[in-house]
Amino acid sequence: MATPILSINNLSIDYPISIGTVKAVEDVSIDLYEGEALGLVGESGCGKSTLGLSILRIVRPPGKIVAGKMLYKSEDILKMKEKEVLKLRGNNIAMVFQNPLTSLNPLMRLDRHFLETIQRHDPGIQKQEALEKAEDILDKLGIEKQRLYEFPHQFSGGMRQRIMIGLGLIMNPDIIIADEPTTSLDVIVEAGFVDLLNNLRKEFNLSIILITHNLGLVAEIVDRVAVMYGGQIMEIGTADQIFHTPKHPYTHGLITCVPNIKLDQEVLTTMEGNPPDLVNPPAGCRFSPRCPKVMEVCREKAPGFTFFGDGHKAACWLNDHGGTG
Amino acid sequence: MSTIIRVESLVKEFPVHTSILDFMLGGKRSEVVHAVDDVSFSIARGEVLGLAGESGSGKSTTGRLLLKLIEPTSGKIEYNGTDLSAHSQREMENLREKMQIVFQDPNSSLSPRMSVGQAIGHPLKIHNLGGAAERKERVLDLMEKIGLTPADFLYRKYPHQLSGGQCQRVVLARALVTNPDFIVADEPIAMADVSVRALILELMKKLKKEFDLTYLFITHDLATAKYLCDRVAIMYLGRIIEIGSKEDIFLHPHHPYTKALLDAVPIPDPDQRRKDEVARGEIPSAINPPGGCHFHPRCPHTMAACKEGRPPLKEIAPNHLSACLLDRA
Repeated sequence: MATPILSINNLSIDYPISIGTVKAVEDVSIDLYEGEALGLVGESGCGKSTLGLSILRIVRPPGKIVAGKMLYKSEDILKMKEKEVLKLRGNNIAMVFQNPLTSLNPLMRLDRHFLETIQRHDPGIQKQEALEKAEDILDKLGIEKQRLYEFPHQFSGGMRQRIMIGLGLIMNPDIIIADEPTTSLDVIVEAGFVDLLNNLRKEFNLSIILITHNLGLVAEIVDRVAVMYGGQIMEIGTADQIFHTPKHPYTHGLITCVPNIKLDQEVLTTMEGNPPDLVNPPAGCRFSPRCPKVMEVCREKAPGFTFFGDGHKAACWLNDHGGTG
Repeated sequence: MSTIIRVESLVKEFPVHTSILDFMLGGKRSEVVHAVDDVSFSIARGEVLGLAGESGSGKSTTGRLLLKLIEPTSGKIEYNGTDLSAHSQREMENLREKMQIVFQDPNSSLSPRMSVGQAIGHPLKIHNLGGAAERKERVLDLMEKIGLTPADFLYRKYPHQLSGGQCQRVVLARALVTNPDFIVADEPIAMADVSVRALILELMKKLKKEFDLTYLFITHDLATAKYLCDRVAIMYLGRIIEIGSKEDIFLHPHHPYTKALLDAVPIPDPDQRRKDEVARGEIPSAINPPGGCHFHPRCPHTMAACKEGRPPLKEIAPNHLSACLLDRA
């Protein structure tokens, strides 16, 4: 793989609140390559959505990006002017949110949703041309063209989610960030969505960042996985490395605590305890209070990354002693 | 094994209100949603029956009907051999000491103004069991068993001070405090985080042994159903279309819908990526469901007979029933 299309370097995002500062994202570095699908997994509150939004430079106040660089094709998004960021959103990097019903305006027919998006990015375009573009994309999503003149409530849940993808794709971006795109969908519909996403990916040569806690979905779609915990990256590797040879106990726990329909599991791995308090995070490794393999050093010093080749790296002290997670 | 719950031809219809304008201008008649459409099954003591299906298939409604939280339109529900249809609201309330339910979202099923101790002890108060001191002892003992520790400390806490996993434990403890023998668990882990899910599932398994419980486990996640249940019933648009043991359903599924559902479940292993595309389409409206077999418009094996008349649930192997006309010439 050549140079990354998006390169996040040492990114930190803070939320100053009355009782201190929430370190929502701390010192995160990830590369996304062209045509690649990257999964960002972790439990609620681990900072994955904050990280996803920050790529479009959307950070809800009082949150602030306090350090780091975010290079999109070697241009730093964090240094761009507001106007440039507006152009970047949608044209180059698009976002698909979790709940399509709250993202679509119930009073607007689909054509207006599409027109608004297209004209915003391309003010000179003729209405007719814009509508044709919208019809084309609906066609690709498997929705009949005539339905462009219907309201969001007239579509089923799966269709609404496809429409959201369509709105994201209409300006032909290189990167799509999908934040829990299937949580509101049923299994069969979800599987259809996975098929669609995989097809679109090839057709548009898309790079995808998939933010989710659903490991099944991750295994179906992505090439590489980044595991987040308490605002930090615990492990990054290819899907194969993460699922088959995880090097971090948290990754291992995350993978073995979900029921797998293909296996006859007697017991599931359980992780006692709660996610860390990000105002006063535990000293040393943030996972140490819940880690089944915790050692003395884990509570004292935060581990650095150990590299295992092929881009696989994990932040755990065990690996310095030849152990595996 | 004795039967604890028996349901026969259970039907629940919800009226859909038509506005007077629609009625006068369009001549639209009032319609009904067939939420539960002639459902029959039984649960043996000590068993976990899974009720699985997509949203809108009527699985939650079935769960609520069992406790008569909503009145059935018709049909029979038996608990330990007594018919519940004739029971008054009052009698049902007394019976709920033995039949309990756990809902999906612990946050909305706990009162924010009741402490953990009050919430768990509330059913004891309602059913007039024991004095204040006895109640407290029972609550603390149960909290200990369910992993809400340190119990003395958490007893005075309020739901907003607890984590998601702890809230779900409080809901479970509250359901167990009156010593029930039957529990309807309606998607108890759907809202929880991945690591919390495993904890709750393990806990439910442990409690089942310890308290001799029988569960009706309602879920949309087949992998979870496989993990926890002894038998599984698959619902589609208000009807049970297949029911059988865990092995029957997961290793030898018969109904095309069951197969489609199983194929669609994402497997947390990149080596087992699905090769074929899934059947398109979504669950149709329950107001005007397709005639005949409800699944026929989406089914890859539709025959002419599927469009006429409802295919009956028939035994295709011992205790494995499927409502499909295939291989039944």
